[in-house]
Amino acid sequence: MTEIVENPAAQQPDGFLAGARDNLPMLLGAAPFGLIFGTLAGPSGLPPWAALAMSLFVFAGSAQFIAVTLMAAGASPLVIVATTFIVNIRHALYSASLLPYVAGLPRHWRALMAFVLTDETFAVVYNRLQSAAPVDVRSYYLGAGLAMYGNWIAWTAVGIVLGQTVPGIEHWGLEFAMVATFVGIVVPLLKNRAQVAAALAAGLTALCTTALPYKLGLLAAVLAGIAVGMLLEPTVKQEAA
Amino acid sequence: MSMATSDILLTLAGMALVTYGPRVALWLGNGGGFPPRLRRMLEYVPVAVLSAIVFPIALLHDDKLYLSIHNAYLAGAVAAGLIVWRSKHLLAGIGGGLIVYVAWRLLLS
Repeated sequence: MTEIVENPAAQQPDGFLAGARDNLPMLLGAAPFGLIFGTLAGPSGLPPWAALAMSLFVFAGSAQFIAVTLMAAGASPLVIVATTFIVNIRHALYSASLLPYVAGLPRHWRALMAFVLTDETFAVVYNRLQSAAPVDVRSYYLGAGLAMYGNWIAWTAVGIVLGQTVPGIEHWGLEFAMVATFVGIVVPLLKNRAQVAAALAAGLTALCTTALPYKLGLLAAVLAGIAVGMLLEPTVKQEAA
Repeated sequence: MSMATSDILLTLAGMALVTYGPRVALWLGNGGGFPPRLRRMLEYVPVAVLSAIVFPIALLHDDKLYLSIHNAYLAGAVAAGLIVWRSKHLLAGIGGGLIVYVAWRLLLS
């Protein structure tokens, strides 16, 4: 960042440790969410082993939050998985943006790297790739991604232990933390008419379809929101990438 | 209520699959582009999914509309939304919303 580079050719390219270091702010940001997820998983009906397994094998913060919320409401596995899919398709956007930088790496490395692709790691790695200083993409990416992965699992575990050892912690209002988180994520996204309309369409459809079994109304609501948003989309659209 | 273990395993496996799939698909293929229509749809996914979850939690009680001064979820959600809107700090909104929610439950429910 601010090191004085006398001779760029002689400098080691940024690698694993640099990736982990640059992701540090993101690790701190994710910590409370891992903690809340772990704490609330139990009261939502997810046993400790399953909460930990979810962080180990799914590793997708917002989708995990949504999953336990839906579980607590009695949603079926199919609805939870379908919602997870809808929420996580965005990762394909990230991998599309990073594709030119990883295309030269062997397949098995790409397969491993994809597993730890998150919003945070994408943001940090993509940002780094825009600067000219030498970087070993594979090591840097894995440094950032695995730091995030270890951090998420560790905070999930701390949350699970807290949920188990502090009696009645679920009555401290933490069940509301998920709702507050979702509201807090949505509000800054309401930047234009189309997004506001998408939010209202999805929300109102959800209100009207609560009688449907297995929380299927949720999927109907999501589709309604997306459809209304696209219909009302501003016609002048900047074409990114 | 708690899910059966087999349902939990099914859910976990399904979630892992549909999370890893979009992450890895383009990197294992030959790298065709990302369809612009899908890209546009994705812009509305977060708002649609989260609104679809939050509206019923904040506005319904026993499947009936619950527009009441005693609705602590609604009070906390409005507070969280206002705080994030004004301060642009997610954690401040969550903390503030939690405080309002707990206070509401203690005082007005």
